[in-house]
Amino acid sequence: MDDNSIEVKGLYKIFGPHGEKYIKAVQDGMSKDELNAKHNHVLGLKDINIHMPSAKIQVIMGLSGSGKSTMIRHINRLIEPTAGEVIYQGNDICQMSKADLQEFRRHKTAMVFQKFALLPHRTVIDNTLFGIELQGIGRAECEEQARHWLKRVGLEGFEDNYPNQLSGGMQQRVGLARALTNDADILLMDEAFSALDPLIRMDMQSILLELQEELHKTIVFITHDLDEALRLGDRIAILRDGAVIQQGTGQEIVLNPADAYISDFVKEVNRGRVIQVDTVMTEKGKRSKTSVESGTSLENVAKMFSDTGENTAKVVDADGKAIGGITMKATINAMVTPATH
Amino acid sequence: MMGLKDVLPDVMTEFPEMGRADIRDFKKGIDGAFKDFVREYGELIEGFFYPLKIFLSWFERLLVATPWPLMIIIFAVLVWLGARSWVIVVGTILASLLIGYLGMWEDMMKTLALISVSTFVCIAVGIPIGILMSKSDRMQSIIVPILDFMQTIPAFVYLIPVMMLLGIGKAPGLIAVCIYAMPPVIRLTDLGIRLVDKDVLEAADAFGASPSQKMFRVQLPLALPNLFAGVNQTIMMALAMVVVASLIGAQGLGSNVLKAVNNQYLTLGIMNGSAIVAIAIVFDRVSQKFGKRLQKHSETVHG
Repeated sequence: MDDNSIEVKGLYKIFGPHGEKYIKAVQDGMSKDELNAKHNHVLGLKDINIHMPSAKIQVIMGLSGSGKSTMIRHINRLIEPTAGEVIYQGNDICQMSKADLQEFRRHKTAMVFQKFALLPHRTVIDNTLFGIELQGIGRAECEEQARHWLKRVGLEGFEDNYPNQLSGGMQQRVGLARALTNDADILLMDEAFSALDPLIRMDMQSILLELQEELHKTIVFITHDLDEALRLGDRIAILRDGAVIQQGTGQEIVLNPADAYISDFVKEVNRGRVIQVDTVMTEKGKRSKTSVESGTSLENVAKMFSDTGENTAKVVDADGKAIGGITMKATINAMVTPATH
Repeated sequence: MMGLKDVLPDVMTEFPEMGRADIRDFKKGIDGAFKDFVREYGELIEGFFYPLKIFLSWFERLLVATPWPLMIIIFAVLVWLGARSWVIVVGTILASLLIGYLGMWEDMMKTLALISVSTFVCIAVGIPIGILMSKSDRMQSIIVPILDFMQTIPAFVYLIPVMMLLGIGKAPGLIAVCIYAMPPVIRLTDLGIRLVDKDVLEAADAFGASPSQKMFRVQLPLALPNLFAGVNQTIMMALAMVVVASLIGAQGLGSNVLKAVNNQYLTLGIMNGSAIVAIAIVFDRVSQKFGKRLQKHSETVHG
């Protein structure tokens, strides 16, 4: 399989008419406030370095104003960087010519937007095939592809409706189907589910995870919601004021928040659902009769203990080999220990 | 009593005009230069507009030569296609029958030919200008004052150079109508394109749309309702202009009104004026209904 990882290196973005003039000063440590006060320019992104792994979901999390939407727009260069590189398959996207960039956007990336950004004058099916239509593919094939993906996101029968005849959740399904129909290796999702009701959001997350199991795209997912980040993200990078303050797996962030800001976030998280048994297992209980699979969440381990009445269990890998043990005490401990910092 | 005038120095009470002779020379100079220009390039310019003149004459002859019952059927079908409303279709048929019965059929055909061709020219020239204007702020800042000028300068003023260049007849009438009627379609094309949702444009960019794909598949379709409001305005203004255009030889209902003004024929004036109003109402209703139909997609909003 192709390597579809994305490497963001030393990315800076300064908003304002002469951003490039102040890049040196910012690299030498000028702060966002100073830049704004002295030169009336806004520091959008500051020295971003993220390796987004191939065929995984990379979540970029941050509150509004943290620069996360600016960040994702550098991957398909909807925003021009002030300095830095975004490397994909050996090419720096920031250096591409106009024509190359257009080809890259057509074939390698697809994007889902917070506000859906559907074309109101086109029907659902015509919206869905918008991306491949731009590639110059014949109408019949476009329609076939579009119908396939509309079916996959559960919109069969709505092909001839107009977007504003649909609910928000359904509109975003169209947005997702449009992106999937493009058959690109990179899927960019800019707060794609943030505008939806909580239940519908959960629903869409499930659809995305289900699809990802077979599609293995490199997904860059922007969110301001830590629960969403933890549910979807294979890796998470947390942005604040345009800089990455921590990155790692969800577990790593929950267990070792890098600073008070992040531990504030993490406090509210359901730890039992995020932390996996592998993280807290020891040698103790390795020879128990009951077993749990590696990768099980603590919540499910606790449920198993309460269902079976056992106090210890062995942790087994995919081949059924014991790789460690877990006790009820350790499980509960890990689930309730507050993240201190 | 001593007025303010007696106290102030002369230069404050008498406007320091350019000398009378200088003004005369100034006017003469410009007139002369323009006359030279006409002598030099008049034929070229006339040649440029010649196809338009031929087309207008041909279209006018076609409308006049078509038997009136067939013409009324064509009207009815066109109105139905545009408006999908029986009320407007019936209204159109009754109005044309009445106009014909009152002896204005041929003049109505001439006016319709003038309006149709000038609207066509306005659209064909105006929409590309509007597109150009929407693409660059600089272009907009150049074109907007020109449009303001075209719309506010009294029509009689530009009749003079048009007449000097092209003489009296159909083509100069057409040009005069177009100068007056073109601005709305340009303005509203520009406005419509500029009002297209930024999010949608970003999506088009993200999927790799080329500038022309973006224009023809996203911007223009979404600008269509505004653009159509512009076309509607253009038609209305063209109709308002037919009387003025008759001053330099455009024929039809407008020239009858002019004749009525010159001779104080009250009934002739009212009859022809009313016929123009009837045409205006039909055009307006049909184009508005058509414009609404273009926005069908935004009618049913999910609650």
